[in-house]
Amino acid sequence: MEDPLQLMNFWRESMPTLNDYKGQKPAWCPGCGNFSILRAFNEAMFELGVEPHQFVIVSGIGQAGKFPHYTRCNTFNGVHGRTLPVATGIKLANHELIVFAVAGDGDCYGEGGNHLIHAIRRNIDIKLFVHDNQIYGLTKGQASPTTMKGIVTKTQPFGVLSEQFNPLALAIALNCSFVARGFSGDIEHLKGLIKEAVNHKGFALIDILQPCVSFNKINTFEWYRERVYKLPDDYNPEDRFLAFQKSLEWGERIPIGVIYKTKKPTLEEQIPVIKNLSLVKQDFDINRIDSILQNFY
Amino acid sequence: MCSFTLSPFNSPKMLISGNEAIGAGAIASGLKFYSAYPMTPSTGIFNFVAEYAKDYGIVVEQAEDEISAINMVIGASFAGVRAMTGTSGGGFALMVEGISLAAMTETPIVIALAQRPGPATGLPTRTEQADLLFALYAGHGEFPKVIFAPGSPEQAFYLTNKAFDLAEKYQIVAIILTDQYLADSQWSYEGFDLGKIKYVDYRLREEKLKEIENYKRHTFTETGISPFAVPGQSKNLVVTDSDEHDEEGHIIEDALTRIRMVEKRLFKKIPLIKKEISPPLIYGDKNPEIVLICWGSMFGIVKEVIDELIKKYKVAMIHFSEIYPFSKDKSWIELLRKSKKVINIEQNATSQFAKLIKMETGIYIENHINRFDGRPFTADELLERVNAYIK
Repeated sequence: MEDPLQLMNFWRESMPTLNDYKGQKPAWCPGCGNFSILRAFNEAMFELGVEPHQFVIVSGIGQAGKFPHYTRCNTFNGVHGRTLPVATGIKLANHELIVFAVAGDGDCYGEGGNHLIHAIRRNIDIKLFVHDNQIYGLTKGQASPTTMKGIVTKTQPFGVLSEQFNPLALAIALNCSFVARGFSGDIEHLKGLIKEAVNHKGFALIDILQPCVSFNKINTFEWYRERVYKLPDDYNPEDRFLAFQKSLEWGERIPIGVIYKTKKPTLEEQIPVIKNLSLVKQDFDINRIDSILQNFY
Repeated sequence: MCSFTLSPFNSPKMLISGNEAIGAGAIASGLKFYSAYPMTPSTGIFNFVAEYAKDYGIVVEQAEDEISAINMVIGASFAGVRAMTGTSGGGFALMVEGISLAAMTETPIVIALAQRPGPATGLPTRTEQADLLFALYAGHGEFPKVIFAPGSPEQAFYLTNKAFDLAEKYQIVAIILTDQYLADSQWSYEGFDLGKIKYVDYRLREEKLKEIENYKRHTFTETGISPFAVPGQSKNLVVTDSDEHDEEGHIIEDALTRIRMVEKRLFKKIPLIKKEISPPLIYGDKNPEIVLICWGSMFGIVKEVIDELIKKYKVAMIHFSEIYPFSKDKSWIELLRKSKKVINIEQNATSQFAKLIKMETGIYIENHINRFDGRPFTADELLERVNAYIK
């Protein structure tokens, strides 16, 4: 294949196009913030040259849970709250796969809260994207852990009485290796965050502000647009104390960008059994089992 | 009755507990991933697997709770390796959601459930057989599963292997049901026959997978068993969903696909699984007048009682270790019909296995011996209680 034109055609054919990531027709409400996340994600994968078969998306239940069906990829659409344990099992079995967990605020911060804490502690190389619309969309408008205090919903008749969950502060407190906030109203910026998360080694959380046009009439596109600002270029995301301070900023101004990142070994790097070869590629030798019974004599 | 004489032996013998036998059986079956949350009396399996993890290339991960443990196991299995978890009643209660998920996504997993007396924390370090019907019904929705209840460490070793083989072959959940008594009891043996260990890789991987085009994870087939590809090893995408899904694995709502999927997962697989199940073990007189029925860890004690009773009576034991589904071989039912007295013996308060027999065969057993104080039967006690029924 020495003809440069032929070579170029071959390259063109073997490289994915944006169309290769096109999945099923989304059943989200028109105007849903999820559409922008989907576009940012597909473009990020395309630009990174990551092909659909090279990654897996684990999702749960909620509007975000439908995400993997709307792109093209290996998919495990599990049950509510359990994205991270399934993703952890997949990553430990095959760490050559790029593993994404996609969940909503109810799924990840409510039902699956305990798993979030421990996935961060493990520093398993999973990229977690939380579609945070501060409401339950699929079940039509109950408060989620990130719904702001005082907001009245169908199931919180006296307003939300609990403190608003702060995923970024929690993650930084646990020394999470990559903590970011994106906004679905800024696709380019979000795409940048997704690419950076993929290139980062270790557990990555991107909390993505995403307006629910049907059931959250308070945190609308306009509400976010008035408040959201990008972290300045001279912001140092490796300063944990500063990052913690930044993570507490909410209200009049809401920062987006990489709030915190740190380098540390991943879980899978520290397990000697899979240091040289992924678990799924290790053949089972039935002839070796003889020795296992020897210790019982 | 209580005096024992130790006879000398020339060759060294194995000394192995129920938990160790399950761990060894799992490793001999190609176990690659074990995740669990410590819980008495199942922790011995976790300890055993962890001890051998380095030598046999196994990843062990202690989960933050049993919900996480079973979901990690499902994830690892989906990604292409043999995976297992172990727990006791309270932890198993948390795993129930995951069992249903494994069933819907047709992801093979093996669960060791070492029973202890409940409800709730119960008697944590004692024994009971009271989670049989719970295990049988664990998981919302309707789907096939296999339950084995070994009667000895030797049975535990081989049945763990069979649990893995059937889980992988039919892409189902297999449960190994033991109890504290079996988990922690050590038995001695000449040795186990490793030639009986079955290992067939039912997954589509590497080169075999690359030849396939238009792969669909949940393809309809004659047997209900779809080709099971390893994600990431070819351009084929592996898609599955806890929602009802189409052949590709994408979420659906239409009634026809739903019906076909239930037929595939349930009706097509169950008759094939039933064919794999061995009938119960019959021990004692060939034409018994008295039959003692038992299951799981009752094997040793009931066998001992038979050895005593057979000196005076025509008596036999029917011991079930492959609990569910029932074997197609129903010859044991004839034995029951011809006998004069049937006595069911269980380490629980409500004779759960007798209920299962009634459900599966319509046979009602009248006589029961139960113990539910958390202590295993003694030979003297059981003999006395059986004698009370016969005399």
